[in-house]
Amino acid sequence: MDLFLQRVFDALTNGSTYALIAVAMVLIFKATTLINFAQGEQAMLGAFVVLQLWNWGIPMWWAVTIGMVFSGILAAGLERVFIRKFDPADHLPLVIITLGLFLVLNAVAAIIWRFDPQSFPQLFPSGNAFTYNNVRLSWYSIFAFGSCVLVLFVLQTLLTKTKVGLAFRAVSSNLESSRLSGIKIGPTLQFGWALAAAAGTLGASIYAANPVLQIEPSMMLRALIFSVTAAALGGLDSLWGALIGGLTIGFVQSVVVQYIPFIPNEMSLSAAVVVLLIVLTLRPSGVLGTRAVERV
Amino acid sequence: MTSPILHVENLKATYGPVQVLHSINFSVFPKEIVVVLGANGAGKTTTLRSISGMIETSGTIQLNGEATHNLTPSEIVRRGVAHVPQGRGTFPELTVEENLKVGAFIRTDKDIKTDIEICYENYPVLFERKTQMAGSLSGGEQQMLAVSRALMSRPQLLLMDEPSLGLAPQIVEDLFTRFVAINQDQGTTMLIVEQNAQLALDIANRGYVLESGQISVEGKAEELINDDAIRRAYLGA
Repeated sequence: MDLFLQRVFDALTNGSTYALIAVAMVLIFKATTLINFAQGEQAMLGAFVVLQLWNWGIPMWWAVTIGMVFSGILAAGLERVFIRKFDPADHLPLVIITLGLFLVLNAVAAIIWRFDPQSFPQLFPSGNAFTYNNVRLSWYSIFAFGSCVLVLFVLQTLLTKTKVGLAFRAVSSNLESSRLSGIKIGPTLQFGWALAAAAGTLGASIYAANPVLQIEPSMMLRALIFSVTAAALGGLDSLWGALIGGLTIGFVQSVVVQYIPFIPNEMSLSAAVVVLLIVLTLRPSGVLGTRAVERV
Repeated sequence: MTSPILHVENLKATYGPVQVLHSINFSVFPKEIVVVLGANGAGKTTTLRSISGMIETSGTIQLNGEATHNLTPSEIVRRGVAHVPQGRGTFPELTVEENLKVGAFIRTDKDIKTDIEICYENYPVLFERKTQMAGSLSGGEQQMLAVSRALMSRPQLLLMDEPSLGLAPQIVEDLFTRFVAINQDQGTTMLIVEQNAQLALDIANRGYVLESGQISVEGKAEELINDDAIRRAYLGA
Protein backbone atom coordinates (compact mmCIF):
# COMPACT_ATOMS: atom_id res chain seq x y z
CA MET A 1 0.00 0.00 0.00
CA ASP A 2 2.79 2.39 0.96
CA LEU A 3 4.59 1.68 -2.25
CA PHE A 4 1.41 2.25 -4.24
CA LEU A 5 0.77 5.59 -2.58
CA GLN A 6 4.36 6.64 -3.14
CA ARG A 7 4.01 5.77 -6.80
CA VAL A 8 0.81 7.78 -7.09
CA PHE A 9 2.62 10.78 -5.64
CA ASP A 10 5.45 10.29 -8.12
CA ALA A 11 2.85 10.19 -10.86
CA LEU A 12 1.49 13.52 -9.65
CA THR A 13 4.94 15.06 -9.90
CA ASN A 14 5.78 13.83 -13.38
CA GLY A 15 2.24 14.13 -14.66
CA SER A 16 2.01 17.82 -13.77
CA THR A 17 5.09 18.73 -15.77
CA TYR A 18 4.00 16.62 -18.75
CA ALA A 19 0.67 18.40 -18.52
CA LEU A 20 2.29 21.83 -18.72
CA ILE A 21 4.11 20.97 -21.95
CA ALA A 22 0.99 19.20 -23.20
CA VAL A 23 -1.07 22.33 -22.56
CA ALA A 24 1.32 24.31 -24.73
CA MET A 25 0.84 21.82 -27.54
CA VAL A 26 -2.92 21.84 -27.07
CA LEU A 27 -2.97 25.63 -27.48
CA ILE A 28 -1.28 25.41 -30.86
CA PHE A 29 -3.26 22.36 -31.90
CA LYS A 30 -6.55 24.08 -31.03
CA ALA A 31 -5.74 26.95 -33.32
CA THR A 32 -4.10 25.17 -36.23
CA THR A 33 -4.60 21.41 -35.72
CA LEU A 34 -0.82 21.29 -35.93
CA ILE A 35 1.41 19.45 -33.47
CA ASN A 36 4.41 21.61 -32.71
CA PHE A 37 7.27 19.19 -32.20
CA ALA A 38 9.57 22.06 -31.28
CA GLN A 39 7.46 22.85 -28.20
CA GLY A 40 9.70 20.90 -25.83
CA GLU A 41 12.87 22.50 -27.16
CA GLN A 42 11.37 26.00 -27.02
CA ALA A 43 10.54 25.26 -23.38
CA MET A 44 14.05 23.90 -22.72
CA LEU A 45 15.63 26.99 -24.25
CA GLY A 46 13.38 29.17 -22.08
CA ALA A 47 14.42 27.21 -18.99
CA PHE A 48 18.09 27.77 -19.88
CA VAL A 49 17.44 31.48 -20.13
CA VAL A 50 15.89 31.30 -16.66
CA LEU A 51 18.99 29.51 -15.39
CA GLN A 52 21.29 32.06 -17.02
CA LEU A 53 19.40 34.98 -15.51
CA TRP A 54 19.51 33.31 -12.13
CA ASN A 55 23.25 32.77 -12.48
CA TRP A 56 23.55 36.48 -13.15
CA GLY A 57 21.92 37.12 -9.82
CA ILE A 58 18.35 37.88 -10.79
CA PRO A 59 15.83 36.63 -8.19
CA MET A 60 14.43 33.21 -9.06
CA TRP A 61 10.83 34.02 -9.85
CA TRP A 62 11.79 37.16 -11.71
CA ALA A 63 14.11 34.99 -13.78
CA VAL A 64 11.21 32.62 -14.53
CA THR A 65 8.93 35.50 -15.49
CA ILE A 66 11.51 37.09 -17.79
CA GLY A 67 12.29 33.66 -19.26
CA MET A 68 8.59 33.16 -20.05
CA VAL A 69 8.37 36.57 -21.70
CA PHE A 70 11.58 35.87 -23.63
CA SER A 71 10.34 32.57 -25.00
CA GLY A 72 6.97 34.15 -25.81
CA ILE A 73 8.71 36.79 -27.91
CA LEU A 74 10.99 34.18 -29.49
CA ALA A 75 7.96 32.04 -30.39
CA ALA A 76 6.18 35.04 -31.89
CA GLY A 77 9.25 35.64 -34.03
CA LEU A 78 9.49 31.98 -35.08
CA GLU A 79 5.81 32.02 -36.04
CA ARG A 80 6.27 35.18 -38.10
CA VAL A 81 9.39 34.01 -39.93
CA PHE A 82 8.89 30.26 -40.39
CA ILE A 83 5.22 29.43 -40.01
CA ARG A 84 3.05 32.25 -41.29
CA LYS A 85 4.03 32.16 -44.93
CA PHE A 86 2.78 28.60 -45.25
CA ASP A 87 -0.80 27.56 -45.83
CA PRO A 88 -2.18 26.68 -42.37
CA ALA A 89 -4.33 23.95 -43.91
CA ASP A 90 -1.37 22.08 -45.37
CA HIS A 91 0.21 20.31 -42.42
CA LEU A 92 3.10 18.35 -43.83
CA PRO A 93 5.43 21.30 -44.57
CA LEU A 94 4.58 22.80 -41.18
CA VAL A 95 5.33 19.58 -39.30
CA ILE A 96 8.69 19.34 -41.08
CA ILE A 97 9.39 22.95 -40.07
CA THR A 98 8.61 22.26 -36.42
CA LEU A 99 10.90 19.21 -36.56
CA GLY A 100 13.60 21.44 -38.07
CA LEU A 101 13.09 24.00 -35.30
CA PHE A 102 13.36 21.16 -32.80
CA LEU A 103 16.85 20.28 -34.11
CA VAL A 104 18.03 23.87 -34.44
CA LEU A 105 16.90 24.95 -30.97
CA ASN A 106 18.48 21.87 -29.45
CA ALA A 107 21.76 22.67 -31.22
CA VAL A 108 21.63 26.33 -30.19
CA ALA A 109 21.19 25.36 -26.54
CA ALA A 110 24.05 22.88 -26.82
CA ILE A 111 26.36 25.50 -28.35
CA ILE A 112 25.62 28.07 -25.67
CA TRP A 113 25.26 25.90 -22.57
CA ARG A 114 26.98 22.61 -23.51
CA PHE A 115 25.66 19.16 -22.74
CA ASP A 116 26.96 19.00 -19.17
CA PRO A 117 24.00 18.75 -16.79
CA GLN A 118 23.69 21.78 -14.54
CA SER A 119 21.62 22.17 -11.42
CA PHE A 120 18.58 24.39 -11.61
CA PRO A 121 17.39 26.75 -8.85
CA GLN A 122 14.90 25.28 -6.42
CA LEU A 123 11.65 27.01 -7.30
CA PHE A 124 9.67 25.50 -4.47
CA PRO A 125 10.34 24.81 -0.79
CA SER A 126 12.36 21.65 -0.29
CA GLY A 127 11.44 18.80 1.98
CA ASN A 128 8.23 16.91 2.41
CA ALA A 129 4.81 18.25 3.07
CA PHE A 130 3.60 14.94 4.33
CA THR A 131 5.29 11.80 5.57
CA TYR A 132 3.55 8.58 6.57
CA ASN A 133 5.60 5.46 7.21
CA ASN A 134 7.80 5.44 4.16
CA VAL A 135 5.49 7.47 1.97
CA ARG A 136 6.61 11.00 1.20
CA LEU A 137 4.78 13.73 -0.60
CA SER A 138 7.24 16.49 -1.35
CA TRP A 139 6.42 20.17 -1.43
CA TYR A 140 7.82 20.08 -4.92
CA SER A 141 5.03 17.71 -6.06
CA ILE A 142 2.34 19.82 -4.49
CA PHE A 143 3.63 23.04 -6.00
CA ALA A 144 4.20 21.46 -9.41
CA PHE A 145 0.61 20.24 -9.49
CA GLY A 146 -0.67 23.54 -8.10
CA SER A 147 1.20 25.55 -10.74
CA CYS A 148 -0.26 23.37 -13.45
CA VAL A 149 -3.82 23.91 -12.23
CA LEU A 150 -3.15 27.63 -11.86
CA VAL A 151 -1.80 27.89 -15.42
CA LEU A 152 -4.86 26.09 -16.73
CA PHE A 153 -7.17 28.50 -14.91
CA VAL A 154 -5.28 31.51 -16.22
CA LEU A 155 -5.32 30.16 -19.78
CA GLN A 156 -8.97 29.27 -19.60
CA THR A 157 -9.86 32.74 -18.32
CA LEU A 158 -7.76 34.31 -21.04
CA LEU A 159 -9.47 32.24 -23.74
CA THR A 160 -13.04 32.67 -22.54
CA LYS A 161 -13.11 36.14 -21.00
CA THR A 162 -10.92 38.30 -23.22
CA LYS A 163 -11.39 39.58 -26.71
CA VAL A 164 -8.12 38.19 -28.01
CA GLY A 165 -9.05 34.83 -26.47
CA LEU A 166 -12.38 34.91 -28.26
CA ALA A 167 -10.61 35.72 -31.52
CA PHE A 168 -8.23 32.84 -30.92
CA ARG A 169 -11.11 30.41 -30.42
CA ALA A 170 -12.92 31.82 -33.44
CA VAL A 171 -9.87 31.22 -35.61
CA SER A 172 -9.64 27.64 -34.37
CA SER A 173 -13.31 27.10 -35.11
CA ASN A 174 -13.71 28.65 -38.56
CA LEU A 175 -10.84 30.28 -40.37
CA GLU A 176 -12.86 31.78 -43.23
CA SER A 177 -15.57 33.35 -41.10
CA SER A 178 -12.89 34.69 -38.75
CA ARG A 179 -11.28 36.56 -41.64
CA LEU A 180 -14.71 37.78 -42.73
CA SER A 181 -15.33 39.07 -39.21
CA GLY A 182 -12.22 41.24 -39.43
CA ILE A 183 -9.95 39.08 -37.27
CA LYS A 184 -6.31 39.24 -38.36
CA ILE A 185 -5.41 35.57 -38.54
CA GLY A 186 -1.61 35.91 -38.45
CA PRO A 187 -1.29 38.00 -35.27
CA THR A 188 -3.98 35.91 -33.56
CA LEU A 189 -2.09 32.67 -34.17
CA GLN A 190 1.13 34.43 -33.20
CA PHE A 191 -0.49 35.24 -29.87
CA GLY A 192 -1.23 31.51 -29.48
CA TRP A 193 2.37 30.61 -30.19
CA ALA A 194 3.66 33.13 -27.66
CA LEU A 195 1.20 31.98 -25.01
CA ALA A 196 2.09 28.34 -25.61
CA ALA A 197 5.81 29.00 -25.40
CA ALA A 198 5.42 30.93 -22.14
CA ALA A 199 3.38 28.10 -20.61
CA GLY A 200 5.94 25.60 -21.91
CA THR A 201 8.83 27.51 -20.39
CA LEU A 202 7.13 27.50 -17.03
CA GLY A 203 6.64 23.74 -17.48
CA ALA A 204 10.27 23.13 -18.36
CA SER A 205 11.46 25.31 -15.47
CA ILE A 206 9.34 23.34 -13.04
CA TYR A 207 10.52 20.10 -14.63
CA ALA A 208 14.17 21.13 -14.29
CA ALA A 209 13.58 22.30 -10.73
CA ASN A 210 12.78 18.73 -9.73
CA PRO A 211 15.39 17.98 -7.04
CA VAL A 212 16.27 14.69 -8.72
CA LEU A 213 16.80 16.21 -12.18
CA GLN A 214 19.29 18.55 -13.78
CA ILE A 215 19.00 20.77 -16.81
CA GLU A 216 20.74 19.87 -20.08
CA PRO A 217 19.80 20.46 -23.73
CA SER A 218 18.29 17.01 -24.23
CA MET A 219 16.23 16.93 -21.08
CA MET A 220 12.93 17.48 -22.88
CA LEU A 221 13.27 14.63 -25.37
CA ARG A 222 11.63 12.06 -23.11
CA ALA A 223 9.23 14.60 -21.66
CA LEU A 224 8.17 15.61 -25.17
CA ILE A 225 7.06 12.10 -26.05
CA PHE A 226 5.17 11.80 -22.78
CA SER A 227 3.61 15.22 -23.33
CA VAL A 228 2.47 14.51 -26.88
CA THR A 229 0.95 11.30 -25.61
CA ALA A 230 -0.67 13.18 -22.74
CA ALA A 231 -2.11 15.79 -25.07
CA ALA A 232 -3.52 13.15 -27.40
CA LEU A 233 -4.91 11.16 -24.51
CA GLY A 234 -6.75 14.12 -23.04
CA GLY A 235 -8.11 15.17 -26.40
CA LEU A 236 -5.78 17.38 -28.40
CA ASP A 237 -8.01 20.43 -28.19
CA SER A 238 -8.84 20.34 -24.49
CA LEU A 239 -6.86 22.30 -21.89
CA TRP A 240 -8.10 20.24 -18.95
CA GLY A 241 -7.71 17.12 -21.03
CA ALA A 242 -3.98 17.87 -21.06
CA LEU A 243 -3.96 17.71 -17.26
CA ILE A 244 -5.88 14.44 -17.20
CA GLY A 245 -3.64 13.09 -19.95
CA GLY A 246 -0.48 14.21 -18.15
CA LEU A 247 -1.54 12.63 -14.86
CA THR A 248 -2.60 9.43 -16.62
CA ILE A 249 0.73 9.13 -18.39
CA GLY A 250 2.56 9.88 -15.14
CA PHE A 251 0.48 7.18 -13.47
CA VAL A 252 1.13 4.62 -16.19
CA GLN A 253 4.82 5.42 -16.09
CA SER A 254 5.22 4.95 -12.37
CA VAL A 255 2.39 2.69 -11.18
CA VAL A 256 1.54 0.34 -13.99
CA VAL A 257 5.14 -0.38 -14.80
CA GLN A 258 5.77 -1.05 -11.11
CA TYR A 259 2.93 -3.50 -10.69
CA ILE A 260 2.92 -5.43 -13.92
CA PRO A 261 6.13 -7.38 -13.65
CA PHE A 262 6.41 -8.45 -17.27
CA ILE A 263 6.74 -4.82 -18.35
CA PRO A 264 10.40 -4.01 -17.90
CA ASN A 265 11.29 -0.53 -16.71
CA GLU A 266 12.76 0.28 -20.09
CA MET A 267 9.33 -0.12 -21.60
CA SER A 268 7.69 2.61 -19.53
CA LEU A 269 7.81 4.94 -22.53
CA SER A 270 6.04 2.46 -24.79
CA ALA A 271 3.58 1.53 -22.06
CA ALA A 272 2.34 5.12 -22.19
CA VAL A 273 1.77 4.83 -25.91
CA VAL A 274 -0.07 1.53 -25.50
CA VAL A 275 -2.43 3.22 -23.07
CA LEU A 276 -2.94 5.97 -25.63
CA LEU A 277 -3.84 3.39 -28.26
CA ILE A 278 -6.40 1.79 -25.98
CA VAL A 279 -7.98 5.11 -25.03
CA LEU A 280 -8.15 6.38 -28.60
CA THR A 281 -9.72 3.13 -29.75
CA LEU A 282 -12.51 3.62 -27.24
CA ARG A 283 -12.77 7.41 -27.52
CA PRO A 284 -11.28 8.64 -30.78
CA SER A 285 -11.24 12.29 -29.74
CA GLY A 286 -9.56 11.65 -26.39
CA VAL A 287 -10.95 11.86 -22.88
CA LEU A 288 -12.13 15.48 -23.02
CA GLY A 289 -11.61 16.29 -26.70
CA THR A 290 -14.35 17.98 -28.67
CA ARG A 291 -16.43 15.49 -30.54
CA ALA A 292 -17.75 16.91 -33.76
CA VAL A 293 -21.24 18.16 -32.90
CA GLU A 294 -22.46 19.15 -36.28
CA ARG A 295 -26.06 18.79 -37.33
CA VAL A 296 -26.65 18.49 -41.01
CA MET B 1 -28.47 60.28 -58.71
CA THR B 2 -26.79 59.11 -55.51
CA SER B 3 -23.34 57.61 -55.81
CA PRO B 4 -23.03 53.85 -55.49
CA ILE B 5 -21.96 52.22 -52.24
CA LEU B 6 -20.26 49.51 -54.28
CA HIS B 7 -18.90 49.94 -57.74
CA VAL B 8 -17.26 47.08 -59.62
CA GLU B 9 -15.53 47.72 -62.90
CA ASN B 10 -13.74 45.38 -65.27
CA LEU B 11 -13.45 42.72 -62.55
CA LYS B 12 -11.53 39.62 -63.60
CA ALA B 13 -10.69 36.61 -61.47
CA THR B 14 -8.83 33.42 -62.20
CA TYR B 15 -8.33 30.15 -60.34
CA GLY B 16 -5.01 28.89 -61.68
CA PRO B 17 -5.34 28.66 -65.45
CA VAL B 18 -9.14 28.98 -65.40
CA GLN B 19 -10.64 32.43 -65.80
CA VAL B 20 -13.82 32.58 -63.73
CA LEU B 21 -14.84 36.21 -64.12
CA HIS B 22 -14.47 37.91 -67.50
CA SER B 23 -14.57 41.61 -66.90
CA ILE B 24 -17.80 42.21 -65.05
CA ASN B 25 -19.25 45.63 -64.20
CA PHE B 26 -21.99 46.45 -61.74
CA SER B 27 -23.00 48.83 -58.97
CA VAL B 28 -25.02 48.67 -55.80
CA PHE B 29 -26.66 51.81 -54.45
CA PRO B 30 -27.41 52.68 -50.79
CA LYS B 31 -30.37 50.84 -49.21
CA GLU B 32 -30.84 48.61 -52.22
CA ILE B 33 -31.29 44.86 -52.23
CA VAL B 34 -29.52 43.58 -55.31
CA VAL B 35 -29.55 39.95 -56.33
CA VAL B 36 -27.04 38.10 -58.51
CA LEU B 37 -28.55 35.06 -60.21
CA GLY B 38 -26.72 32.36 -62.06
CA ALA B 39 -26.17 28.64 -62.42
CA ASN B 40 -23.50 26.63 -60.62
CA GLY B 41 -20.04 27.72 -61.68
CA ALA B 42 -21.20 31.02 -63.17
CA GLY B 43 -18.89 32.95 -60.81
CA LYS B 44 -21.35 34.18 -58.19
CA THR B 45 -19.35 33.12 -55.17
CA THR B 46 -16.15 34.38 -56.79
CA THR B 47 -17.75 37.80 -57.23
CA LEU B 48 -18.56 38.04 -53.53
CA ARG B 49 -15.17 36.72 -52.48
CA SER B 50 -13.50 39.34 -54.68
CA ILE B 51 -15.43 42.12 -52.99
CA SER B 52 -14.49 40.98 -49.49
CA GLY B 53 -10.84 40.59 -50.43
CA MET B 54 -10.64 36.82 -50.02
CA ILE B 55 -9.13 36.25 -53.48
CA GLU B 56 -6.82 38.14 -55.78
CA THR B 57 -8.44 39.86 -58.72
CA SER B 58 -7.74 42.44 -61.35
CA GLY B 59 -9.99 45.39 -62.08
CA THR B 60 -11.50 47.98 -59.81
CA ILE B 61 -13.68 47.55 -56.74
CA GLN B 62 -14.75 50.75 -55.01
CA LEU B 63 -16.57 51.20 -51.72
CA ASN B 64 -18.05 54.65 -51.36
CA GLY B 65 -15.73 55.82 -54.10
CA GLU B 66 -12.54 54.42 -52.55
CA ALA B 67 -10.64 51.56 -54.16
CA THR B 68 -10.59 48.45 -51.94
CA HIS B 69 -9.33 45.74 -54.26
CA ASN B 70 -5.83 45.86 -52.76
CA LEU B 71 -7.00 45.70 -49.14
CA THR B 72 -7.03 42.65 -46.87
CA PRO B 73 -10.33 41.11 -45.71
CA SER B 74 -9.93 42.56 -42.23
CA GLU B 75 -9.50 46.07 -43.65
CA ILE B 76 -12.51 45.63 -45.90
CA VAL B 77 -14.68 44.52 -42.95
CA ARG B 78 -13.62 47.70 -41.18
CA ARG B 79 -14.87 49.70 -44.16
CA GLY B 80 -18.36 48.38 -43.66
CA VAL B 81 -18.65 45.17 -45.65
CA ALA B 82 -19.95 41.98 -44.02
CA HIS B 83 -20.00 38.67 -45.81
CA VAL B 84 -22.06 35.58 -45.00
CA PRO B 85 -20.21 32.79 -46.79
CA GLN B 86 -21.92 29.84 -48.38
CA GLY B 87 -23.02 27.05 -46.05
CA ARG B 88 -20.81 27.46 -43.02
CA GLY B 89 -20.91 31.01 -41.75
CA THR B 90 -20.91 30.18 -38.04
CA PHE B 91 -18.34 29.10 -35.47
CA PRO B 92 -19.56 25.63 -34.48
CA GLU B 93 -17.45 25.29 -31.30
CA LEU B 94 -18.54 28.69 -29.96
CA THR B 95 -21.85 29.44 -28.28
CA VAL B 96 -24.52 31.42 -30.10
CA GLU B 97 -23.76 34.51 -28.04
CA GLU B 98 -20.01 34.15 -28.62
CA ASN B 99 -20.68 33.94 -32.35
CA LEU B 100 -22.41 37.30 -32.14
CA LYS B 101 -19.53 38.77 -30.14
CA VAL B 102 -17.06 37.61 -32.79
CA GLY B 103 -19.26 39.40 -35.30
CA ALA B 104 -18.68 42.61 -33.35
CA PHE B 105 -14.91 41.99 -33.24
CA ILE B 106 -14.01 45.18 -35.11
CA ARG B 107 -16.14 47.36 -32.87
CA THR B 108 -15.05 49.12 -29.70
CA ASP B 109 -18.23 51.04 -28.92
CA LYS B 110 -20.57 50.42 -26.01
CA ASP B 111 -23.62 49.38 -28.02
CA ILE B 112 -22.58 45.79 -28.67
CA LYS B 113 -24.92 44.46 -25.97
CA THR B 114 -27.85 46.40 -27.43
CA ASP B 115 -27.11 45.02 -30.87
CA ILE B 116 -27.03 41.48 -29.52
CA GLU B 117 -30.50 42.16 -28.10
CA ILE B 118 -31.62 43.35 -31.52
CA CYS B 119 -30.36 40.10 -33.06
CA TYR B 120 -32.38 38.18 -30.48
CA GLU B 121 -35.47 40.23 -31.33
CA ASN B 122 -34.94 39.52 -35.02
CA TYR B 123 -34.55 35.82 -34.40
CA PRO B 124 -36.02 34.84 -31.00
CA VAL B 125 -34.85 31.24 -31.45
CA LEU B 126 -31.27 32.48 -31.13
CA PHE B 127 -32.13 33.90 -27.72
CA GLU B 128 -33.48 30.53 -26.60
CA ARG B 129 -30.24 28.89 -27.73
CA LYS B 130 -27.77 31.59 -26.73
CA THR B 131 -25.61 29.33 -24.54
CA GLN B 132 -25.74 26.41 -26.95
CA MET B 133 -22.86 25.54 -29.28
CA ALA B 134 -23.58 26.90 -32.74
CA GLY B 135 -22.72 23.52 -34.22
CA SER B 136 -25.75 21.99 -32.55
CA LEU B 137 -28.23 24.34 -34.25
CA SER B 138 -30.36 23.27 -37.20
CA GLY B 139 -29.46 24.44 -40.68
CA GLY B 140 -32.00 27.26 -40.64
CA GLU B 141 -30.95 28.43 -37.20
CA GLN B 142 -27.32 28.40 -38.28
CA GLN B 143 -28.15 30.60 -41.25
CA MET B 144 -30.02 33.03 -38.98
CA LEU B 145 -26.96 33.08 -36.73
CA ALA B 146 -24.59 33.59 -39.66
CA VAL B 147 -26.63 36.58 -40.86
CA SER B 148 -26.86 38.00 -37.34
CA ARG B 149 -23.11 37.50 -36.88
CA ALA B 150 -22.52 39.51 -40.06
CA LEU B 151 -24.91 42.28 -38.96
CA MET B 152 -23.08 42.64 -35.66
CA SER B 153 -20.27 44.48 -37.44
CA ARG B 154 -22.87 47.13 -38.37
CA PRO B 155 -22.15 46.84 -42.08
CA GLN B 156 -23.21 49.29 -44.73
CA LEU B 157 -23.15 46.48 -47.23
CA LEU B 158 -24.11 42.90 -46.46
CA LEU B 159 -22.97 40.21 -48.89
CA MET B 160 -24.85 36.92 -48.72
CA ASP B 161 -23.86 33.79 -50.57
CA GLU B 162 -26.87 31.54 -51.28
CA PRO B 163 -28.60 31.97 -47.94
CA SER B 164 -31.35 29.57 -49.05
CA LEU B 165 -28.99 26.68 -49.74
CA GLY B 166 -30.20 23.42 -48.23
CA LEU B 167 -33.04 24.94 -46.22
CA ALA B 168 -36.73 24.02 -46.20
CA PRO B 169 -38.95 26.38 -48.27
CA GLN B 170 -40.85 27.67 -45.24
CA ILE B 171 -37.63 28.54 -43.43
CA VAL B 172 -36.23 30.25 -46.51
CA GLU B 173 -39.35 32.40 -46.76
CA ASP B 174 -39.07 33.47 -43.12
CA LEU B 175 -35.40 34.23 -43.61
CA PHE B 176 -36.04 36.38 -46.69
CA THR B 177 -38.95 38.24 -45.09
CA ARG B 178 -36.56 39.08 -42.27
CA PHE B 179 -34.01 40.38 -44.79
CA VAL B 180 -36.53 42.90 -46.06
CA ALA B 181 -37.28 44.01 -42.50
CA ILE B 182 -33.58 44.40 -41.69
CA ASN B 183 -33.07 46.30 -44.93
CA GLN B 184 -35.89 48.69 -44.06
CA ASP B 185 -35.28 49.05 -40.31
CA GLN B 186 -31.51 49.30 -40.31
CA GLY B 187 -30.97 50.59 -43.84
CA THR B 188 -28.49 47.80 -44.60
CA THR B 189 -27.66 47.52 -48.29
CA MET B 190 -27.65 43.90 -49.45
CA LEU B 191 -26.02 42.04 -52.29
CA ILE B 192 -27.43 38.52 -52.39
CA VAL B 193 -26.22 35.69 -54.58
CA GLU B 194 -28.97 33.15 -55.18
CA GLN B 195 -30.15 30.23 -57.22
CA ASN B 196 -33.66 30.53 -55.83
CA ALA B 197 -34.53 33.23 -58.37
CA GLN B 198 -38.23 33.61 -57.60
CA LEU B 199 -37.77 34.30 -53.94
CA ALA B 200 -34.71 36.50 -54.40
CA LEU B 201 -36.34 38.64 -57.09
CA ASP B 202 -39.44 39.01 -54.89
CA ILE B 203 -37.45 40.91 -52.27
CA ALA B 204 -34.85 42.57 -54.52
CA ASN B 205 -34.87 46.00 -56.15
CA ARG B 206 -32.58 45.03 -58.96
CA GLY B 207 -30.85 41.96 -60.31
CA TYR B 208 -27.96 40.77 -62.43
CA VAL B 209 -27.71 37.43 -64.20
CA LEU B 210 -24.25 35.95 -64.32
CA GLU B 211 -23.47 33.41 -67.05
CA SER B 212 -20.02 31.83 -67.44
CA GLY B 213 -18.35 34.74 -65.70
CA GLN B 214 -20.15 37.50 -67.59
CA ILE B 215 -23.21 39.56 -66.83
CA SER B 216 -25.76 38.59 -69.45
CA VAL B 217 -28.87 40.40 -68.24
CA GLU B 218 -29.48 43.18 -65.76
CA GLY B 219 -32.48 45.15 -64.74
CA LYS B 220 -35.16 45.93 -62.18
CA ALA B 221 -36.39 42.92 -60.24
CA GLU B 222 -39.94 43.15 -61.59
CA GLU B 223 -38.62 43.29 -65.16
CA LEU B 224 -36.42 40.26 -64.62
CA ILE B 225 -39.30 38.29 -63.13
CA ASN B 226 -41.26 38.83 -66.33
CA ASP B 227 -38.34 38.29 -68.69
CA ASP B 228 -39.06 35.21 -70.82
CA ALA B 229 -35.46 34.01 -71.03
CA ILE B 230 -35.05 34.27 -67.28
CA ARG B 231 -38.35 32.60 -66.63
CA ARG B 232 -37.24 29.66 -68.74
CA ALA B 233 -33.73 29.44 -67.28
CA TYR B 234 -34.29 30.12 -63.60
CA LEU B 235 -37.96 30.11 -62.73
CA GLY B 236 -38.96 26.89 -64.48
CA ALA B 237 -41.94 28.41 -66.23
